[in-house]
Amino acid sequence: MKLSMLRNLAVVGMGTALLAACDHNDNNRNTPEPEPEPVMLTYEVTIENISAAQPLSPVAVLLHGEQSLWQVGESASAALEVLAEGGDNSDVLATEGTLATESGSAPVGPGSNESYQLTVSDEQAAYLSVVTMLVNTNDAFTGITNKALSDLAVNDSMSMMLPVYDTGTEANSEAAGTIPGPADGGEGFNAERDDADTVSYHPGVVSSQDTLPDSVLMAEHRFDNPVARLIITRVE
Amino acid sequence: MTRSNLFRLMLSAALAGTAVQAHAVDVEVEVQNLTRGIYFTPLLVTAHTPDQSLFNVGEAASAELQAMAEGGDISGLETAAMAISADMVANPAGGLLMPTASTTATFTTADTNTALSIVGMLLPTNDGFVGLNSWPIPQEAGTYTVYLNAYDAGTEANDEIRGGGAPGAPGMPVPPPLEDLIGTGGSGVTTTINNAMVHIHPGNLGDADMMGGQSDIQNTVQRWLNPVAKVTVTVTE
Repeated sequence: MKLSMLRNLAVVGMGTALLAACDHNDNNRNTPEPEPEPVMLTYEVTIENISAAQPLSPVAVLLHGEQSLWQVGESASAALEVLAEGGDNSDVLATEGTLATESGSAPVGPGSNESYQLTVSDEQAAYLSVVTMLVNTNDAFTGITNKALSDLAVNDSMSMMLPVYDTGTEANSEAAGTIPGPADGGEGFNAERDDADTVSYHPGVVSSQDTLPDSVLMAEHRFDNPVARLIITRVE
Repeated sequence: MTRSNLFRLMLSAALAGTAVQAHAVDVEVEVQNLTRGIYFTPLLVTAHTPDQSLFNVGEAASAELQAMAEGGDISGLETAAMAISADMVANPAGGLLMPTASTTATFTTADTNTALSIVGMLLPTNDGFVGLNSWPIPQEAGTYTVYLNAYDAGTEANDEIRGGGAPGAPGMPVPPPLEDLIGTGGSGVTTTINNAMVHIHPGNLGDADMMGGQSDIQNTVQRWLNPVAKVTVTVTE
């Protein structure tokens, strides 16, 4: 008797929960509440150049849906090749499916930093990509891609150290005329792909003071991982 | 009174559910070679008790580790791992793991094997290896990422010229495709071992002369900066 009462109670309890759920649905169906106002989210992205003598080309900052602008082991996109060989971020910023973009106004020199603010609504989960070339190289870049931001609450911040990638689209000859940065003033983008055609981590530059006599680079142009620090803060 | 009984019933049901879910941990280990031009010889991926290790920075390499680091031979380490009842996958890539390539090892860990270690030789080097030493395997289901550094076994001078892979043999082993990718006729970078303990590898020097110079390594391609590998561990219960 007592047991069966318990069972009944349990059934009633479950029924209430189900009904409650149904009520909620019915409310939505019968008297649709106004669409919730989209909440605007603003992120501040700061990049710090912690290299010795590698200016970073005008930075491309993008918020987008879930997608990677590059992947180690894959061939680089044409847009990434244009950025990583010549420092021109326009094709990367024109990536399809972006929610917001910002472009650096000028190169970010060693020891300098630059901040960007991007605002999106909360209707779609935002993923961050940041890309910039190490301009005293053939085709080295640093950045991050497809970083989920949805876990960041207001005033939350995350910081990460960035490695150097090799686009794999131009041999790392370090030769005169092949490097667009101030160490050379040579050619930027060239559509020919004469290297591994695979994005990898960068092996580092050698320089003429090391064991590459024909290099226009000097000891100070060498770099190690990490090369930059990225700080992402949700400010709104 | 009735209510508290109900709560108790619900609680015991919840506990029963938890108990059913608790069983052995399955581990999937994906290793990606991040480098531009370094090949990994057959990897040994192993879960073992935390009090064991394949290598320790600052300590001398075992003979088994030396055979792996100088010649890519993991058979000695496999035997040692078997002797301590480790769970392991040997040579998941079925040969060399090419630059930027990935390979996956999957195994179920015994209850006490909660530490993950990975080793594989780096080519072209004299006694360089990629290593993970006794990383605590999370017991919570999820995906975890670890980046690995390049180590020097400290057992062979880094002369950077063609040679052999047998323990104690000078020079670097050059199996295909390495034999066509590196230079020849180098005079040798050094004959000295500066640190005979396992240490962070100073990196390849190389040179720009494929037919001579001091090194048979190509300086613009076969160098690296740490990390050299990305390990993605997926734990399921």
